[in-house]
Amino acid sequence: MNGTTSDRAADATGVRGPGRREKAGTVRRAMARYWYAWVMVAPVVLVTGLLIGWPLARGVYLSLTDATEATMGRTIGVNVIPSTYEFVGLENYVSILGSGLFWEKLIWTVVWTVACVGLHYGLGLGLAMLLNRKLRFRSTYRLLLILPWAIPGFVAAFIWRYLYNSDYGVINAMLKAAGFGAVGWLDDPTTAKIAVIAVNVWMGVPFMMVAVLGGLQSIPGELYEAAEMDGATPWQRFRHITVPGLRTVSSTVVLLGTIWTFNMFPVIFLITRGGPGSSTEILVTYAYREAFTSIRNYSGSAAWGVIILLLLVVLALVYRRALRRQGEVW
Amino acid sequence: MSSTTAGSTGRARGRNERGVGRSILLHVTLVAASLVSIFPIVWLILTSLKPRDGWLSTELELFNQPSLDNYTRVLTETQFPTWLLNSVIAAGLTTILGVFLASTTGYAISRFRFPGHRGVMWMLLITQMFPVAILIVPLYNLMAGLGLLNQIPGLVIAYMTVSVPFCAWMMKSYFDSIPREIDEAGMVDGLTPFGTFWRVILPLARPSLAVTAFYSFMTAWGEVAYASVFMSQEEKRTLGVGLQQFVGQHWSDWGLLTASAVLIAVPASIVFLLVQRHLVAGLTAGATKS
Repeated sequence: MNGTTSDRAADATGVRGPGRREKAGTVRRAMARYWYAWVMVAPVVLVTGLLIGWPLARGVYLSLTDATEATMGRTIGVNVIPSTYEFVGLENYVSILGSGLFWEKLIWTVVWTVACVGLHYGLGLGLAMLLNRKLRFRSTYRLLLILPWAIPGFVAAFIWRYLYNSDYGVINAMLKAAGFGAVGWLDDPTTAKIAVIAVNVWMGVPFMMVAVLGGLQSIPGELYEAAEMDGATPWQRFRHITVPGLRTVSSTVVLLGTIWTFNMFPVIFLITRGGPGSSTEILVTYAYREAFTSIRNYSGSAAWGVIILLLLVVLALVYRRALRRQGEVW
Repeated sequence: MSSTTAGSTGRARGRNERGVGRSILLHVTLVAASLVSIFPIVWLILTSLKPRDGWLSTELELFNQPSLDNYTRVLTETQFPTWLLNSVIAAGLTTILGVFLASTTGYAISRFRFPGHRGVMWMLLITQMFPVAILIVPLYNLMAGLGLLNQIPGLVIAYMTVSVPFCAWMMKSYFDSIPREIDEAGMVDGLTPFGTFWRVILPLARPSLAVTAFYSFMTAWGEVAYASVFMSQEEKRTLGVGLQQFVGQHWSDWGLLTASAVLIAVPASIVFLLVQRHLVAGLTAGATKS
């Protein structure tokens, strides 16, 4: 990104003869210079400001109150019922962080994220390396492997729920055909967890594979040829050419993947509905359920949301710092 | 596609002298991975073609009296067409507005170093991290206040908060890869910055626009959480919400569900396969360059 060129471009049309107007107000100069840019980003800034900034501020405020369905103001027909909730300070946070439930959900969310992103990346990298060779049917394989990406998340969730069905699901039918007993996949906490991770992995590998493949193709082939000449083993070539060559792509997709998986909603919400019990509920689905089932606990849900957001921001900062230490500019 | 034939032909053309054994291994691995990848989709299509209660079978059977019964039921006896229409409108609007906003923003942050530049970049990055959970309650109240509940425009606005930040990033990386000299040439020809953007740069960014359009569309097409909360009226539901009715806690009809899933997934997959080549370039342009 090179600032001078664009400034020059803006100068050419915006402020003519800057020398003559040296005394002009900074605001006016800035306006003349940058108004195109501001007009262009204005809609997004306004929309995000209004639809994310305001709800965020309000969400943080709600998290400090005791707002629930009962105390929240509302309008029924012509009757306006005023809000009766009160400011309670950090009470919601104290009760969430003090509950075993939160830590239990946090551990499962971390396990879920690490398992999913690890498998996404590992399998994606492996498949991308296989596809990056010269081989027959390469484009057919690529097409078949990419297909799950094209399936909308909620459709994928429903497909898999059917495959996992204990009575009529094909997975159990295959197990029975092979002489094993049927498994109640979604009825037991452990198998349900494995089941949702499997679905998420199925959905997420194509993205990683494609991104890594793009990264692999940007590594010049001569590097490998030269290394081979020098007698480097395949492992050494992987370690010293592939890994560094993929670093930028990897760091971006791993961070994105982590954020997406951490906040992944449809898979868990639609496949297990958080069950059995609340064993597969991750932080996000739990917070959602707090707000929109039985007595709508708006303040509690907002507090969960703030905690989730803080966790992600901390994660992103730590990650960024780690990359910086490796000399990565991001 | 038997692995042995593939293996032997692989050897015939292998410049890098891959042994037969390794070729077979390579193809076996890829065939296995491909099977895992497409099996659920194939099984979905097969099930949808079974007769009405065909899904209630505990046997492993591929086909037994194929019929389109499930499809006729979905299209005539359920609200599916209404949900489909709602989804198409919501996703279409999200796409058009999203592409427009993402491209102007992407262009501005790619080309101009204006005061607030960094702020906008940070905002776009951070909004990526927002969990539905924190926004949904206040957004619900906001929508209620503005009378936008059960209104498609309300849903579209909510979707744009999800899709625009990411799309703006993608557009920015793509614009970064277009040489600035092209902009300057446009200016020299007497075009305003808007004119340059609209007439010169946007047409060059077509592949990235396709990716952005696709991403916005899929965001709206596959969204469940906002739609479940904002669209409570039966006739305002979108597909993601409506379909949940077919498989409830106590009653489910997988025949209906599989048929509608096919109707939703097949067109999406076709569009996807058409844009997927650009998708790779669009996604990695920024990542490999930055």
